[in-house]
Amino acid sequence: MNSEALFLSFRLAAVVSAILLMLALPLAYWLAFTRWRGKFLLESVVALPLVLPPTVLGFYALIALGPRGPLGRLWLFLFGHTLAFTFAGLVIASLVYSLPFAVQPLIASFESLDRRLLDASSILGASRTRTFFRIILPLSWPGVITAVVLSFAHTLGEFGVVLMVGGNLPGITRTVSIDIYDRVQALDFAAANHMALLLLAISFVVLAVVYGMNRRVWLPWLAK
Amino acid sequence: MLFVDIRKQFRAAGSPPFLLDVRETFAPGFTVLFGPSGAGKSTLLDCISGLLRPDEGVIQWNGEYFFDAARRFSLPARLRRTAYVFQSLALFPHLSVEENVAYGLSALPSLERQERVERILPAFHIEALRRRKPGELSGGEKQRVALARSLVTQPQLQLLDEPLTGLDAALRQAILQDLRAWNAANRIPILYVTHNREEVDAIGERVVALINGRVQESGTPRAVLDAPRSIALAQAAGFENLLYAHVVEQRPADGVMRVALASANCELEIPLGTVPPGAAVQVAIRAGDILLATEAPRALSARNVLPGTLETLEPRGSLVVAQVNAGARFIVHLTPGAVRSLQLVPGLRVWLVLKTHSCHVVLP
Repeated sequence: MNSEALFLSFRLAAVVSAILLMLALPLAYWLAFTRWRGKFLLESVVALPLVLPPTVLGFYALIALGPRGPLGRLWLFLFGHTLAFTFAGLVIASLVYSLPFAVQPLIASFESLDRRLLDASSILGASRTRTFFRIILPLSWPGVITAVVLSFAHTLGEFGVVLMVGGNLPGITRTVSIDIYDRVQALDFAAANHMALLLLAISFVVLAVVYGMNRRVWLPWLAK
Repeated sequence: MLFVDIRKQFRAAGSPPFLLDVRETFAPGFTVLFGPSGAGKSTLLDCISGLLRPDEGVIQWNGEYFFDAARRFSLPARLRRTAYVFQSLALFPHLSVEENVAYGLSALPSLERQERVERILPAFHIEALRRRKPGELSGGEKQRVALARSLVTQPQLQLLDEPLTGLDAALRQAILQDLRAWNAANRIPILYVTHNREEVDAIGERVVALINGRVQESGTPRAVLDAPRSIALAQAAGFENLLYAHVVEQRPADGVMRVALASANCELEIPLGTVPPGAAVQVAIRAGDILLATEAPRALSARNVLPGTLETLEPRGSLVVAQVNAGARFIVHLTPGAVRSLQLVPGLRVWLVLKTHSCHVVLP
């Protein structure tokens, strides 16, 4: 078992899902509550990674992060090196790749809230921020946990984007899925099987948590 | 004083356009907003509270603008110091009773917040429930918590949208008692939406009848609801009998006029109205205002006695609804005791007795 790759994958998934949550909360809030008619455009952009081949996404990420791309140049200017084939580059590409998995559960749970609760909160003098943290967020826990768990799991399992943007540098960009690919290429089926089995188990646990969450078995006050 | 003069147009696919058009002043004390569902009562409250923005007009509270379309100004709902209890109550399900009640007090120092909560909980008899979540409360308890939560903020305006629907009469009376006591101590305008005649009588100092987005009538409950002047209002006010008729003759000396019922070969004597002979009218009569006799009554002060046949008897809660065919079909409310002692059965010959002043002219 390649613990270096495993550790890297978990670190990547943890960093990505933490940052994604910060980005996805305001984005989902806006998408759930705006009355702007053109919001479907932004919704489509957010959902793009669901349908695009990871190689297409990875290709554009590589271009954008490279020394000639806008993000790459900015990074070069700020830190003196480019983003391609680095952990930071991997994080940025993964943020885009897993964005819909964080945003969509949040939108769904924000939209399912009783609007009258939000009305009641503002009638009682609460600002939007207070309403968000005191009412919307606590009542959307299943959605938040679903978002975190799904973006974690999805990042853990990504392959195409990592390969395009990160390459295969041990300890920096060689994640579990790439390691499995390498083992199979090297005909080391036993090692590949160990890692694959582990990912399978993790994926199952993750999905069980998500589905259990949406049955609302752990939050009695949400059970109707 | 709350002054409202607003218009708001609603266009929804698949339903006819609806225009809310209200110009009304609300004084301190209870004003009952009465009207059939879909008349725009909740929409009006949403506009006053700031949850909805009218298309045109102004809303003023003691000279301060809540809303002024001409200046494109709308004070945000959270700054209007309005209490609003929704029909659904909208208690926060994840907060305890105490946290729900304290929610609107976040701007106060914690000592004062505590003090106010301690004062309001006993006033609404919910001290014992303070640690419970709304999911663990009964309907009446929830309603008390919702009222306490909105009143603890010391609002300058109180909007109540059918806050007591679905409670039994005794509980409703008890909560109304609390509300009346609160109102006596803090005179602010209270707009109270209800369909329930009992609640109107218990609290109404003034009734504003809203029909189809407009104020149809306003005045004391007696003036508005006991003598409705429009058909929609008569139906909303619970006049079970609405009969087509035309005026036969007027007798100004007696203060009455005679009308002939369209579908029956009979006449009724009703209070004099400004309707010329020959004109079509509708006569509204409450089912509870009609007496029923099993023998032809004699020597009565009531002027209208109509023979007919009892057609159906249908128990409904604590009363029995009878249908009587006296040429026209009348609905009569009886007590189960009366049905037993008169040995009423369908097919029986009966006489309906109607006092002149139980009959109200409604213009089509």
